Amino acid sequence: MTKNINVTLKVWRQKGPHVKGGFETYPATDISTDMSFLEMIDCVNEQLTLDGKEPIAFDHDCREGICGMCGAVINGRCHGQEKGTTLCQLHMRHFSNGDTIVIEPWRATAFPMVKDLVVDRSAFDQIILAGGYISVNTGGAPDANSIPIAQEIAELAMDAAACIGCGACVAACPNASAMLFTSAKISQLALLPQGKPEATSRALAMVNKMDELCFGNCSNERECEAECPKEISISNIARLNREFVKAGLVSVVK
Amino acid sequence: MHLDSKIPSGPLAEKWDKHRFELKLVNPANKRKFNIIVVGTGLAGGSAAASLGELGYYVKNFCIQDSPRRAHSIAAQGGINAAKNYQNDGDSIRRLFYDTIKGGDFRSREANVYRLAQVSNHIIDHCVAQGIPFAREYGGLLANRSFGGAQVSRTFYARGQTGQQLLLGAYSSLMRQVAAGQVSMFPRREMLDIVVINGQARGIVVRNLVTGEIESHGADAVVLCTGGYANVFYLSTNAMASNVSANFRAYKKGAFFANPCYTQIHPTCIPVHGTSQSKLTLMSESLRNDGRVWVPKTPGDKRPPNQIPESERDYYLEEKYPSFGNLVPRDVASRNAKAQCDMGKGVGETGFAVYLDFADAIKRDGKEVIEQKYGNLFQMYEKITASNPYETPMMIYPASHYVMGGLWVDYNLMSTLDGLFVMGEANFSDHGANRLGASALMQGLADGYFVIPYTIGGYLSGTSRPEITTDHPAFTEAIRYATERTQKLLSINGKRTVDDIHRELGHILWEYCGMSRNDEGLLKARTMIRELREEFWENAVVPGSSQDFNQSLERAGRVADFLEFAELLVMDAFERKESCGGHFNEAYQTEEQEAMRDDENFCHVAAWEHKGDDTDPELHKEPLVFENVELTQRSYK
Repeated sequence: MTKNINVTLKVWRQKGPHVKGGFETYPATDISTDMSFLEMIDCVNEQLTLDGKEPIAFDHDCREGICGMCGAVINGRCHGQEKGTTLCQLHMRHFSNGDTIVIEPWRATAFPMVKDLVVDRSAFDQIILAGGYISVNTGGAPDANSIPIAQEIAELAMDAAACIGCGACVAACPNASAMLFTSAKISQLALLPQGKPEATSRALAMVNKMDELCFGNCSNERECEAECPKEISISNIARLNREFVKAGLVSVVK
Repeated sequence: MHLDSKIPSGPLAEKWDKHRFELKLVNPANKRKFNIIVVGTGLAGGSAAASLGELGYYVKNFCIQDSPRRAHSIAAQGGINAAKNYQNDGDSIRRLFYDTIKGGDFRSREANVYRLAQVSNHIIDHCVAQGIPFAREYGGLLANRSFGGAQVSRTFYARGQTGQQLLLGAYSSLMRQVAAGQVSMFPRREMLDIVVINGQARGIVVRNLVTGEIESHGADAVVLCTGGYANVFYLSTNAMASNVSANFRAYKKGAFFANPCYTQIHPTCIPVHGTSQSKLTLMSESLRNDGRVWVPKTPGDKRPPNQIPESERDYYLEEKYPSFGNLVPRDVASRNAKAQCDMGKGVGETGFAVYLDFADAIKRDGKEVIEQKYGNLFQMYEKITASNPYETPMMIYPASHYVMGGLWVDYNLMSTLDGLFVMGEANFSDHGANRLGASALMQGLADGYFVIPYTIGGYLSGTSRPEITTDHPAFTEAIRYATERTQKLLSINGKRTVDDIHRELGHILWEYCGMSRNDEGLLKARTMIRELREEFWENAVVPGSSQDFNQSLERAGRVADFLEFAELLVMDAFERKESCGGHFNEAYQTEEQEAMRDDENFCHVAAWEHKGDDTDPELHKEPLVFENVELTQRSYK
């Protein structure tokens, strides 16, 4: 049932990358439990604006859990406590009247601060551009049905391809590793016949790029899997490791 | 001015082939001498930037998000159409063409739509080659499902995330070109103006959303792929940042705006709750493959759905349209839902909802099959509403979702401004007055992968352009204009937030220019919009500075443009004295309350020319000529 609640926010405010940040406290009053978490922040921002203060900067766009733009650490959990949920799909019905909610940005060396809850995740683009594609130009593809793909393989590839690139896996990992993100793309393409010709060079290039960008190593903490809003499985990391080892053993590309 | 659509002569099926042969080519060595600006990284922009880079052009690609992978195409759920006829159910290029023309209520160009159907098959081939994990049958071949307005299964899909997968495919090709040095990416940039030199589009001025710096970028041609303006309604299924600004700047610089009144209200969205809602969520049309739409037969029946016996339910779509049933096109399904609710038969707390019921499908196929088809959609519905659609029917209501109107373009996708190309939802070209489901993805990718690579070459080799740099006075002037406007927004210092004003604008449009329209309401809306615009410039409050990451400033600029554009939308609706597709004027309907076209007087594209800020725009008409299909009253019975 819909009801209205009052909560207190402790929000990380930071004007820019080179300015010291800190927590500020704001009341969020008369919040409908049908609201999404971001709509609740909208309300607080409307009030801050009317009070002549600067609203809280936060990234968001589609607000239906698919673009990967939003994300923050809510009471220590990436995207909040609900499993398999992005921040925009988290609703206020999961909070109680009187709660204090702590809101922080993703924290990782590879994700520099922009402002308040906004960080720079362009390192993810860098990883993809190191090899997260199949080298095929527009125009020359054979008929789509010329290569049958077993349904279960297509489904596994789709499971990995569901990654939205939000960065929660990095923020959740004590080492700030990007293994889940990187492995999801490597898995998707390694599973499909179309991706096999470049599987070796792709695995080497993407993993090397990840290291170069100051993401940490994977030490099987499994925090990434627990916090991933799309529930990407760490079996993808196992597949990445296999591809990487195989690449190291057999590759002519080093 | 005569609007020349540049449609090639000859038989329909040979036009595109003939045109490709006649277009001048740019030899491979010369391609690297040309710079092209692409604004937007959705399906149209991403695929265009990648394909042009592959050909050897130098491309500068801009987007407002932090990464090109986040463009709103990503949110498309259901699927993408193609005329593959893999199901052996009678599909063909001709049938996809005909369904799209008819679905658009005979208000689109035959030649453009035929080309779209022709290239649809290549899109699927290319996407599979990119590694897009489309759904497959047990034998390993591609699976299909049905969408509204078609009696064949021609929709390819990747669960309920087809847009995401297609976009990530285009994005990966784009990243490959960035790695190759052919494309330079400029994320977190908002286009503030188009720069026109000697009557040709030669560059853009953008704001760096992180630093606030205004930047100039010159090129040989500019391609706008900046999406649609459904957010003019405030509440829509579009992403929060989707806007009309880039298109509107181009309109003010000489590109005509076509058919702004063709807006699509999607029938299956999660109903509005409360007053602080920021956006609406679509539930894919694919759900209508298995879900049955109904309302109680008796107005005001407030019993829970499972207590309403079969005999007291009104499956109004199945009843009224036996051959298409729940899969009638979107405009028809939306208007019927509204009609039922207006009769008092709506359900839910507000009475503005109808049921979409899966009980029969679950009984027939089992829960597992339904879960496999729609699992993520059901999950999304439950997250938002806290109600389980496996047990209780979904509640849905129409919401603003897509726009068929956009900048006018010719067959080459070039606007009335030389050198300015417009693609995807940002142009007006292929969907007439109503778009069929799973056709937006098809159009975006057709434009980007298979049309622009040919037509832009024809332009670049066929026109002469002076050498320019960004020191040219036209750039200085555009920067001055953009800077002044930004300062003006920051200095209003009023008492109403931008969102609050935007919400009011949305109410006005939804009420008077939404699912049904009448002359009196449209005139009233025009006055209200003008008053609200005045209030905005006197009483809005925009905090922060211009030299900073300032999301309030971003929104203010977009809403300022919506407030001007809304008037154009209403004027266009007023001028079109007929009902067709998404435009329904109550004065023009059949006895069965279906849209009634006036082919004698309105079989044309309405293209509006900006004549100055204090003068009404001028209406130009491009007659639509139908040589291959017969114009009929659309019937889905």
